[in-house]
Amino acid sequence: MTKNLRVKSSKFVDETYKISFKFNGKTYYGFKGDTLASALLANDVHLVARSFKYHRPRGIMTAGSEEPNAIVQLHNNTSRTEPNVRATEIEIYEGLEASSQNCWPSVNFDIGGINNFLSSLLPAGFYYKTFMWPASFWEKYEYFIRKSAGLGKSPTEPDPDIYDHKYIHCDVLVIGSGISGIMSAKTAAKNGLKTLLVDENSYLGGSTIYQNSEHFKINNQTSSSWLEKEINEIKKLENLEIKTRTSVAAYHGYNFILARENLTDHLPLDQRKNKIRQRLLKIRAKKVITATGSLERPLIFDNNDRPGILLSSALKKYANLFGVACGEKNVLFTNNDSVYETAISLHQKGINIEAIIDNREEIDSKLIKEAEKNNIKIYKGYTVVNTNGFKRINNISIMQLSKDGQKVVGSKKNINCDCLGVSGGWTPAVHLFTQSGGKLKFRDEDQVFIPNMHPSDQVSIGSCNGDFTLDEIFLTVPKILKDFLNIKKTEYENFEVQSSFNKSKRNIWLLPSDKVIGKTKSFVDYQNDATAKDIKLALREGFRSIEHVKRYTTTGMGTDQGKLGNMHALGIISETTSSKMGELGTTTFRPPYTPLTFGTIVGRNVGEYFDIFRKTPIHDWHVENKAEFENVGQWKRAWYYPKDGETMHEAVQRESKAARDSAGILDASTLGKIDIQGTDASEFLNRVYTNAWSKLAIGKCRYGLMLNEDGMVYDDGVTTRLDDNHYLMTTTTGGAATVLGKLEDYLQTEWPELDVYLTSVTDHYATVSVCGPNSKKIVSQVISDLDFSDEKFPHMSFKNAKIGKIKCRVMRISFTGEQSYEINVQSNYGKSVWEKCMEVGKEFDITPYGTETMHLLRAEKGFIIVGQDTDATMTPIDLQMDWIVSKKKYDFIGKRSLYRSDTIKEDRKQLVGLITEDPKEVLEEGAQIVTDINKSPVEMLGHVTSSYYSPNLNKSIALGVVKGGKKMMGQKLIIPMPNKKINVVVADPVFLDKENERLNA
Amino acid sequence: MFVINCPYCGEREQSEFKAGGEAHIVRPKQPTELSDDQWAEYLFMRKNIKGVQFERWVHTHGCRKWFNVVRDTSNDLIKAVYKMGEKPPTK
Repeated sequence: MTKNLRVKSSKFVDETYKISFKFNGKTYYGFKGDTLASALLANDVHLVARSFKYHRPRGIMTAGSEEPNAIVQLHNNTSRTEPNVRATEIEIYEGLEASSQNCWPSVNFDIGGINNFLSSLLPAGFYYKTFMWPASFWEKYEYFIRKSAGLGKSPTEPDPDIYDHKYIHCDVLVIGSGISGIMSAKTAAKNGLKTLLVDENSYLGGSTIYQNSEHFKINNQTSSSWLEKEINEIKKLENLEIKTRTSVAAYHGYNFILARENLTDHLPLDQRKNKIRQRLLKIRAKKVITATGSLERPLIFDNNDRPGILLSSALKKYANLFGVACGEKNVLFTNNDSVYETAISLHQKGINIEAIIDNREEIDSKLIKEAEKNNIKIYKGYTVVNTNGFKRINNISIMQLSKDGQKVVGSKKNINCDCLGVSGGWTPAVHLFTQSGGKLKFRDEDQVFIPNMHPSDQVSIGSCNGDFTLDEIFLTVPKILKDFLNIKKTEYENFEVQSSFNKSKRNIWLLPSDKVIGKTKSFVDYQNDATAKDIKLALREGFRSIEHVKRYTTTGMGTDQGKLGNMHALGIISETTSSKMGELGTTTFRPPYTPLTFGTIVGRNVGEYFDIFRKTPIHDWHVENKAEFENVGQWKRAWYYPKDGETMHEAVQRESKAARDSAGILDASTLGKIDIQGTDASEFLNRVYTNAWSKLAIGKCRYGLMLNEDGMVYDDGVTTRLDDNHYLMTTTTGGAATVLGKLEDYLQTEWPELDVYLTSVTDHYATVSVCGPNSKKIVSQVISDLDFSDEKFPHMSFKNAKIGKIKCRVMRISFTGEQSYEINVQSNYGKSVWEKCMEVGKEFDITPYGTETMHLLRAEKGFIIVGQDTDATMTPIDLQMDWIVSKKKYDFIGKRSLYRSDTIKEDRKQLVGLITEDPKEVLEEGAQIVTDINKSPVEMLGHVTSSYYSPNLNKSIALGVVKGGKKMMGQKLIIPMPNKKINVVVADPVFLDKENERLNA
Repeated sequence: MFVINCPYCGEREQSEFKAGGEAHIVRPKQPTELSDDQWAEYLFMRKNIKGVQFERWVHTHGCRKWFNVVRDTSNDLIKAVYKMGEKPPTK
């Protein structure tokens, strides 16, 4: 039977609303408002996890997002399962099922716990040292390491939840709703600024909202009741938006902030249907006020990780906010005044405090006096040297500290307890500030890093700025706000503030022990099981940089990013190496502040929305006719149209044959189209293409090759002169956007004097390409009032025409080597023109073909595909396309590069045709080409770029790039494959119809 | 992610723009008269400054205009933006 540790009722939990949940299979009860951690503690459950490396029993240590130990798996073995959830953050709901991670078979009996007893064999860098050798054994080691290490299990099913993204623009963003955040948000909003206040908790008010004590007063009211009134007031402000359960993940430059708003994780499962689970807020704020507060530091002593050891502030929060006692026999251990506030608070609620161990000798403050008055035994100048209790602390040993704090003296005293609250002072939460590029400075008097230089329009305020106490806050916050928001006054001036906190502190990073360090387990990073001993070992082994020590010992590399222990690691390094903290610097704080789920990051961009795709106006027809599709850039293009269970090869062979024997039809709408107008349009084309354009007659088309300034082929396509000062350029499907971008670049930056205007019209026109010996018969029926005779409408020319009332442009151009017509119509007529061609073409058995057949047909003709037969290292000369490079033109993009010492080399890789000795052997694209297989190392001459079985030639054909290939005509080369060598002969890349007779057949 | 003040459209998110490398590298008017070394200087040689750098940017998903940006590469702070053809700010 578990105990009930619920004490006096708290207004933050609803005791009339009972919630049942399961932890490790057992049912427990909590109240609405509880976190999993507070509900477990109320049921006296402390042991919740096993540590990462030694599998030591671990308990709940904190009451917030900094929790290193109590990370659990939710809803194991379901699609909604989530690993590494902090029990201190998740609010309980009806149906919640959580379980411990990293333990087998159970958290109570964990086989991996043997590592704890082998720990002397597992020092820092153990994995680096042990598994480096022999290298071939890594795979075997890895299996066992992966099995024994690790946190939770990632889900194996698709995430059923909905996630969202939202942009928010505001004048002022306030991060954190503690007392400083509330004061800031109210001041900003009341001064007419559009303000957003976010807080990771479900409630507003930070830690002050439960600071209900006679010792902390604002204008004669307790700080909590004063703050409550403020909160009620700000809720009424019109230009203030408040978002709770919203955790800032990242703070980027220019005040760009990513935050996760949690919308349903606290709701019962049956109320979450069709609701957005989490929303990623992309906030762009003109000004940012960071009020992220501070985190309490633990203390580093032997066995400081047992279940039942918590931060003193957590003890106070569980008692005051949730009405839960963490133990029945509580002991507190401190180096500062914080624990006295806890002690008094707990005492008032009837929670027993056995003793307070204070490492300071001479102390005196109102709080301490009150504790003494309540008969709490205080051990001054003492330190905890050890703790006992395997699955729950049951006893501590204390000893007196020497005057210099370097060692312990006297005899050991034992104190029985079931809970130990520790406080090592406070660390400002500067994570977001440093993420934004801010620089820190070290304040020696209380050993904290505080913000120094703010890189953007932002300010840190309150305890994250090192102003920890109420009186400091009321002194600094109004001043900072006036200056930052450029206002004359705030309403918080000349307040009467009572804060009994004495700031004295005795900071000892690693507390001395009666044992040698090698025999202690003083944990610095609880989650990663990094101890003080490990850090000292790393230093002994020569590591100096904090970044190196971090990686070697894994300190601060867990899911909690070392929020608790990083400062102690630094402190220990500083003490051991006698260097100054401020000069050591901190490790880099990286986003996210707390882990994000992938769902939140991707938002709505899942499934079919993962990447946008483009469809041609004829797309539906391809779908109806069972086309297989291929992705080309963002386009979905018809790849081939399998008939009656054909394989891809069979379909492509049939389509290719049909296109050459009778008629084929292709959807060419995806080709990039750029409309070029202006009095200098011809001159412009002269400069961007390698060939000459001035003399191209109106109504004629010309193929052009475009280079980069380095002389390498960039794009190609046919451009048509529609009118005197009007051209239509086509580009490759994938290159459309970049070509337009490049042309605009030259026009705007190099040649602004040219009168030329470019418009992308790719989406405006659908292009139906009909090719083959019967193509003319088909298109002349589709467009009946146009003269298709070779005299009137020769190859490489264009006509304006009409299909009924639909205007169209018809180009007689060919990428297949067959007579071929491209009909361009306004997009929305595309499908009807296609269907008309299909109908008319029926008598010629017109065959729709896809990109694969297109590629095969052009390869038969030796036409290149930019990006397949070329990469960014091929000049037109390398492609044996010298004919297209004008010798007469003074300049064009890339011209000068064509005779650089490197580009004129004769042994560059050049495009050639390849014929296999065995005509049935089809080469693999990408295969290497060599000449001498016995030479070591084998010299790579080049590779195969395109390869097909040609049904029209009844043999295998291929294109490839080969070093000095132009001069190797007829030479035999070898293509080595895993299980054979293929003999090939270098050939002319044009395999079919070298005389271009078919174009006019 | 920073904000760029497009001289034609005003302040927009960086994601609307594309960087175009170092600014004020003028394409030689007579490339054919240049030696290999001179041409290579224009073609390949770029500064990569940690600090204030003059750059070209284009408002790809906006007005499609090219312009110049003076940016401190160490902290991404933009000191100035100005149109193509305009003189760079001296200070």
